[in-house]
Amino acid sequence: MHEFSIIQSIVAIAAESASQHHAEHVSVVEIEVGQAAGVVTEALEFAWEAARKGTVLDNASLVIKHIPLRVACGNCHIPYQPVEIYDPCPGCGDINPEIISGKELRVVAIEI
Amino acid sequence: MCENCGCSEGDGAGYTMINPADNNNRDHVHDHSHPHDHEHPNDHSHDELSHSHVPVHNRISIETDVLQQNNLLAQRNRGYFEAKNIMALNLVSSPGSGKTTILEETIRSLTGSAVFVIEGDQQTSLDADRIHATGASVIQVNTGNGCHLDAEMVNKAVKKLSPPDNTLLIIENVGNLVCPALFDLGENFRVVIISVTEGEDKPLKYPNMFQSAQLCVINKTDLLPYVDFNPDKFKNYALKVNPAIRFIELSAKSGAGFAEWIDWIRKVTSD
Repeated sequence: MHEFSIIQSIVAIAAESASQHHAEHVSVVEIEVGQAAGVVTEALEFAWEAARKGTVLDNASLVIKHIPLRVACGNCHIPYQPVEIYDPCPGCGDINPEIISGKELRVVAIEI
Repeated sequence: MCENCGCSEGDGAGYTMINPADNNNRDHVHDHSHPHDHEHPNDHSHDELSHSHVPVHNRISIETDVLQQNNLLAQRNRGYFEAKNIMALNLVSSPGSGKTTILEETIRSLTGSAVFVIEGDQQTSLDADRIHATGASVIQVNTGNGCHLDAEMVNKAVKKLSPPDNTLLIIENVGNLVCPALFDLGENFRVVIISVTEGEDKPLKYPNMFQSAQLCVINKTDLLPYVDFNPDKFKNYALKVNPAIRFIELSAKSGAGFAEWIDWIRKVTSD
């Protein structure tokens, strides 16, 4: 369950930003998680409850924005939205897409 | 990041409380009076207004990659390896694919070459003991509750191991086909190992790992007559996920195909 170490990094990034802005409390932590980022958001939420305890994020809520996987065909370059990363291009059937979005794993903002 | 990976709060994160005195937002400063010598046409009370505690939130944009710290450390490791001409391989797989046996046979086959090993396991030094018996220099990293090695663990382990210039460093990651995929260690090549006793659909089930690897070693081929594993079907699945991945089929036990693996290592270390 690497989501716990991921959430620890999220807590660290958010807490550092809060500290820089002299905030005693953080109310919201906004993150973006891509469909193909390799993390399970339910596990992130589970880990969040434990990881925020005793920190400046103690009462903060975690807002997760899901980013769907979007790719462009490596052959005919049309964009498409695969259900799985390995779904072939609906146009030419090629299976070597370039990822446009969906790998995000980012702390977007905090509210203090 | 996450040296203690889920098992401790000592993650180095700065949780320092700093005096919030320079908050200039008047809505939040309550150590002065709020003069209200004007009419309030609505029938709310003056006290309510002046002591309203409706929270006013400031949104602070961060836009920081969660894995940034790990990736920075991985790049530092990469620079260290490059400067010392160290070839670093990161072996990843499910538990029981035969990573350690491959490693033992690799060290024995690479006669005349110094091999340095970082062993990642949740607990015990059993694997490191096996590698030590081959004569290679080895350091065991126990991740405790952690399910993967990260760049900081490798950074510390390399400092302790202190491999000389022009050597091969093999990192045996924690047996786990999910979590290690996300963590760049600074390696030159990621080698995913699968054994024929596993399902041939593993690449589809665990695409992140197969996507992030450059080479796939198919181990335990001596067992092919006894299992339903179809190597061609497996390769097609892996190529769907990662069209650039290459394959080497071998049996660390019988030695079949092992020369190709050794040749691959010799080639990447001499390039």
